[in-house]
Parts: sequence; C-alpha cells; structure tokens
Amino acid sequence: MIAEAGLALLWFAAAMALLQLFAAIMALRGGEGSSEYAGVVRPSAIVQGPLVALSFLMLMWLFIRTDLSVLLVAANSHSAKPFIFKLAGTWGNHEGSMLLWVTVMALSGSLVALVERRLPERTMIATLAAQAFVSLGFYAFLLFSSNPFERLPTPVPEGNGLNPLLQDIGLAFHPPTLYIGYVGLSVAFSFAVGALLTREVGPAFARAMRPWVLGSWIFLTIGITAGSYWAYYELGWGGWWFWDPVENASLMPWLAATALLHSASVLASRDALRTWTIMLGVVAFSMSMVGTFLVRSGILTSVHAFAVDPERGTFILALLTIYIGGALTLFGARASTVSEGKQFSLVSREAGLVFNNVMLSAILGIVLLGTLYPLLTEAFDTKVSVGPPYFNPVGAMFAIPMIVVMAVGPLLRWRRDSFDRIAKALILPAVLTAALLAGAVLLAPGIGLLPLLGLGLSLGLGVASILPLLGRDLRRTPLPTWGMVFGHLGLAVALFGMASESAFSTEKLVAANVGDVVEVGPWSIELTAIEPVAGPNWTALEATMTARYEDGAPVTLHPQSRNFTQPPQTTSESALSTRWNGQLYAVVGEEGLDGRWQLRLWWKPFVPMIWLGGLLIAFGGALSLLGRVLGDIRRGYQRRRIAMRRDERPHSRAVPEPAE
Amino acid sequence: MTRLIAFLALLLAAPVMAQDQLPPAPYAYRQLEDPAQEEKAQALMETLRCLKCQSQSIADSDASMAGDMRNQVRQRIKAGEEPEAIRAWLVERYGDYVSYKPELTTLTWPLFAAPLVLLLLALLLLRKRFVRRPDAPAGEQA
Repeated sequence: MIAEAGLALLWFAAAMALLQLFAAIMALRGGEGSSEYAGVVRPSAIVQGPLVALSFLMLMWLFIRTDLSVLLVAANSHSAKPFIFKLAGTWGNHEGSMLLWVTVMALSGSLVALVERRLPERTMIATLAAQAFVSLGFYAFLLFSSNPFERLPTPVPEGNGLNPLLQDIGLAFHPPTLYIGYVGLSVAFSFAVGALLTREVGPAFARAMRPWVLGSWIFLTIGITAGSYWAYYELGWGGWWFWDPVENASLMPWLAATALLHSASVLASRDALRTWTIMLGVVAFSMSMVGTFLVRSGILTSVHAFAVDPERGTFILALLTIYIGGALTLFGARASTVSEGKQFSLVSREAGLVFNNVMLSAILGIVLLGTLYPLLTEAFDTKVSVGPPYFNPVGAMFAIPMIVVMAVGPLLRWRRDSFDRIAKALILPAVLTAALLAGAVLLAPGIGLLPLLGLGLSLGLGVASILPLLGRDLRRTPLPTWGMVFGHLGLAVALFGMASESAFSTEKLVAANVGDVVEVGPWSIELTAIEPVAGPNWTALEATMTARYEDGAPVTLHPQSRNFTQPPQTTSESALSTRWNGQLYAVVGEEGLDGRWQLRLWWKPFVPMIWLGGLLIAFGGALSLLGRVLGDIRRGYQRRRIAMRRDERPHSRAVPEPAE
Repeated sequence: MTRLIAFLALLLAAPVMAQDQLPPAPYAYRQLEDPAQEEKAQALMETLRCLKCQSQSIADSDASMAGDMRNQVRQRIKAGEEPEAIRAWLVERYGDYVSYKPELTTLTWPLFAAPLVLLLLALLLLRKRFVRRPDAPAGEQA
C-alpha cells in the first residue's frame, strides 16, 4: 500500500499543478470571475509541496524497509546495506533522484506562494503560472516515464545492491544540496517569465528574485564543493576536478547563477541591467535542465546508447525545447519593451559587474560548447574528447581578466568613479602579486604558466577582497558587504589551493613489503601491516601505515582495498592526513606477484584550501542571504507600523518609503 | 570472528583473482627513475582517456587497459620519445577519442573559433554599453 499511496499523492500533486496553471491563466485573462480564479492560485501551489514531500517520504520508507516487491528498491538496494545508505539510496538512482528533484520543486513553489507578497499580485500570478507550467512537465516525466513506485509482478528474494562508489556518506549530502540549487533556480526562471509577461521588470522584481538566486547559489556552491571532495577521496587517485561532463553539468548552472546574482544586485539597488538580468534568469534554470538532461538521459555514455533507449532522453529533450525555447521566444518578443534602465560610466562598480558578468557568460559558453561538442561529433560518427587541455587554458583566457576586475570592482563607487581615488589601495595587492610571481619564477622555475598566474592572482585577490572593509565601522558594516568579502576571499583561497595542488604535488607509486619506508615530499611513511577486515557488506585488505612529517609525531593511516559482493566491485578507500599546509593521500592497491603491495602516495600542499575556499564562498552567500532576508522583514515591519500610524492620524502627510 | 570470515573469504577469492591477472606491465604502477621523464609521462597520461572507463584519464584509473597504456607511455618516454609523438601514435591506434586535447581539424575548428567569437562578442557588448556616450552624464534614463 505504501507504494500506491506514494503514487496517488504524486498524481494528486500533478492535478493541483494543473489547477494552478488553469486558475492563473483565467485570472490573467481578466473578465468576470477573474478574482475568484486568482484566489485559487496560491493555495493550489502551497499544497503541492507537502503532497510531493509525503510521496517522497513514502519512497524513503520503502527503501528503509527494503520492500523487494517494488522494482526500484529491488534494482538498487539490498537488505544487508547499512541503514544510512538505504536511506540515501532513495536518491542514488534515476527515478528516486527525479522524485527528489520534483519534491524540491514543489516545496520551492509552496514557499514562494506562501511568503512572497511584495510584487504586484498580477506579476505574482504570472510567476506562479510559469512555475506550474514547468512543474507539470516534470510531473509528467516522473509519472509517465520514470515511475519510482512501480511494483514487480512477483517480489524477488534479494535486491541488486547499490554501486559501491555511492556507498559513502557523500551520497547522503551531495545530490540533495545540488538539487536544491538546481531547482531553486526554477523560481528565478518563473519570476523572470512572470515579470516579462506582465512587463514589471524593475528593482522590486529583482528584490523578490534575489533571495531565491542567492539560496540556490549557496546550495550549488556547497554541492559542487562536496562533490569535488567526494570524488577526490573516493576514486583513489587524488583528482578533484576533471571537466567530466557530469561535473560540468553542475558547474554551468553555478556560473549562470553567479552572473545572475550579481546582475540582480545591480538591478535591485541601481535599477540598471534589466534585460540582462531577465536573460540570465532564463539561462540559469535552462542550464539546470541541460545538466539534468545530460546526466539523466544516458547520452553521456554514448549517443548511440541514448538512441537505443531514447524514451527518457527524448522526454527531457522535449521539456528542454518547450521551456527554454518558450522562454527565449517570450524574451525575444518582450525584450524590446523593457528599457535598459539607468546608465553608468566606464569606471564604476556597475561597469565592473557588467564586465565580469560578460566574462562569466563567456566561460559558461566555453564549458557548454566543450561539453556538448563530443556529442555533436559522435552524431557524425567521429568520437573526439574535450578535456583539461582545452578547458583550462581557454577558461583561463576569460577567468584571468575576471579575477583582476574582481579585485578592483568592489572598491569602486556606484555610477561613476575614478581610478585615482582607489589607486593607492590597490598598490599592496599589485605589489604582492608581482612579488609572488617573481619569487616563484626564481625559486621554482618548473611551474606551469597557469598555476603560476593562479598563485599570484590568488594572493592579490585575497588581499584586495578584504580592502572594502578598510575604514569602515565593522559593527555597522551591512551583512551583504561581509558576504561579498567572504565570497571573494573564498574564491581567492580556492584558487590558491588549486594552483598549489597543480604546481607542488608530489606523487610516489611504489611496490613495498611490510616494514619498508617510503619517502614522499617531506613525509616518510612506513608500511607496518596489512590485514583483512570486514564491514557490513564488504571485506577489505587494510594497510596500517605510520607516517611522519619531517621529524614530527607519527600519524597512523588505514587505507583499504575493499571488495563488495553485491554488486561485485573493488574500491580503494584512501586514507588522508591533513595538516595546515597540505594533505597526505595514501592508497593501497593490489598485491604483486612478488608479494609486495602497490602503494600510491601523494603529498598535496594546500589542497584542502580548494574546498575550504568553496565553503567560504557559500558562507559569504549565506551572510548575504541572511542580511537581505532580515532587511526585508524589518522593512515589512516598518511599513506595517507606518500604515498603522497613518490610520490613527489620517491627515498627516505621506511618510516616504524607508531607503534600501 | 568477522576478521576470520573475511580472511577465509579472501582465501577463497584468491585463485579467482589470480586467473584474471594479466602478465604484469612493469610501469603500470611504477614511476620512471628519472623524475624529469616521469613528470613528462605524468603530464601526458593525464590527457589520455581510459577507453574502458567513463570520463577518466589513464593517469587515474584502475582498469587494466589503463595500466597497459601507462606502461606503454612510460616505456616510450624512457626510450626518449617526445610526448606529442606518443600522443600521435596512440591517436593513430585508437582514434581521436583517446586524447583529451582536441587537435585543430575540419571537424573540431568550432572549438577553437568559439573563444575568439566569444571574445569579439564580449568586446562588442561592452563597447555598446560604454563607448556610445563617453561624456553623457551618468544616471540618465535610456
């Protein structure tokens, strides 16, 4: 009954989305009864969230109980799996992850319908219409081609198990955070469509959209950071980013959301960049959908694999065409009616933001092209690969000017400014960058150009990102300003980690007997023992290593080579030792014919700064979001109080709106 | 008890594992003695695709084919071949797919044209934004 209840809830939610769309269209058409229709729109959006969330809980329940009469559970779970992976296994498969996607979408729809009351009601109804229209497509996809609740004709005695690479705590956090980020952007998309439909593109629209963009962006940042760290320690080769299409699929919405969040800020506080912001609102969620299509359609393994079983892929492709095509058509038809907004001069904060928006968009274009190009050529029966040797230099072409402008921009004033005013402040970061570049060239001449530039720029940006706080009363500095400082500093920290990982890592691959000592960088590592161990659904060979950093105290490491039986697969569980200045990464491989063990050891200076930087960026976003939301609440409270006073003294003059 | 079971399981599994072990490729899991050569080999391996895996370079895959290819690359580097010559040899053998570094051909030129087009577009966009009215007072409605 649980599965049937889950499915029924899903159908019910889909029906409510249909009602939401219908009522919204009737309300927008105007005429008789339109206000009654309008009254239905918000409630029907609000109930969908709980309905779908309940349906998702039903699926979780099935996974926890390992109900083997349900196809999805039988295909992806196993009764002997640890509890946490049964739980997280709910979204470790296609149908479950799509249900998670729809759950997040319905919950965002509920929330926006519940709390957003600042926009003109007509714009809000158009926004909710767009949200319902998008949701309907994904409900249909779930119900018609990815039903997670399908029963088996006869229950099976045991399930197939979960891919061992996914049996990691990373699975519990990575997909949900990423999906919240992906799908939160659907609200920004709906706001953009709603604003276009009702021609209400202005600061109010940007202020309503901004928390959604910020929230999605925070989750995307955390999701990407966590995914990168997960791949780093789980795959056992120490790589943290490979420009893999799946990674790119998560990076593209992030790039678009980063641009969108900056241009929405300009629109909210300066009423400029109207069309550009709308365009990015459409692009950001489009990138989420493209990413979902890439990952979920099976097209990545091979275009031909996609052609063999095209049902799901074609379905998502059709959704993509309708939504992206539709939104762009609407944009094309309405863009000319939206004025560009206020002007600004070449040297101003807006100009810096515009420049970096363009750079971010260019990087997005490169990543999109590089990801899709192999699929295009494969359609012409030639397979090519596009990887780091393409993405790194071409991306850097646009990223380097962007970082320079990022260091300068926040020091500039809105509207118009001069370089003379800020030149003095920029001397320090410029000198530091130059000194580091010169020092690195002299002391470590073997460094590649990109890591070298990365090191130099990260230092300059790191210092410059703190400068906006100079001369301010820190207690009175607004939270969003702190957010910007942390966000930019985080990028500098991450960049420093990336550059030093690529410039200074040392690798040691050796065959060692128990008792041998291996040197890698400043570490000496002794292989003290190798013993078999067993977990709940695996057996493993576990090495014990005693590692010393220079003459420091010994650290014990336990890398494992794990054998899973269900499904049969071997994984390397790496062991890490983290210091302030880097990470030691140890992996134990197979036993050679001579009885020696394959060891893989890396010393990666400052590599944890990559993920620390990612978390700092997300923290900056969280501060901004908090600042904005608190500001909104305070303004709402003031407005109510002013309205109350006005009621008490009806003849007093109008009180001006409190300033932003 | 669990340790004992694990050990027994491993004993049982051992002959099965031995059977599918290929003749060892000496440089699959061993570095070259000369660090400069190893660095060259490593840089090359990171840009070659493991054909049996999904989106992994041969430098970070446990697949036996990746091991064989690592061995090939290291032995050729050791013999003094240039990395790009080895890449060309591998491309000839396995097709363009094996190299993550796309070459400029009639099929891939858009990849190389794109950054230039984007750069031009970016310049145009920025130019349109700023150069139109260099002396116009800021803050006016368009």
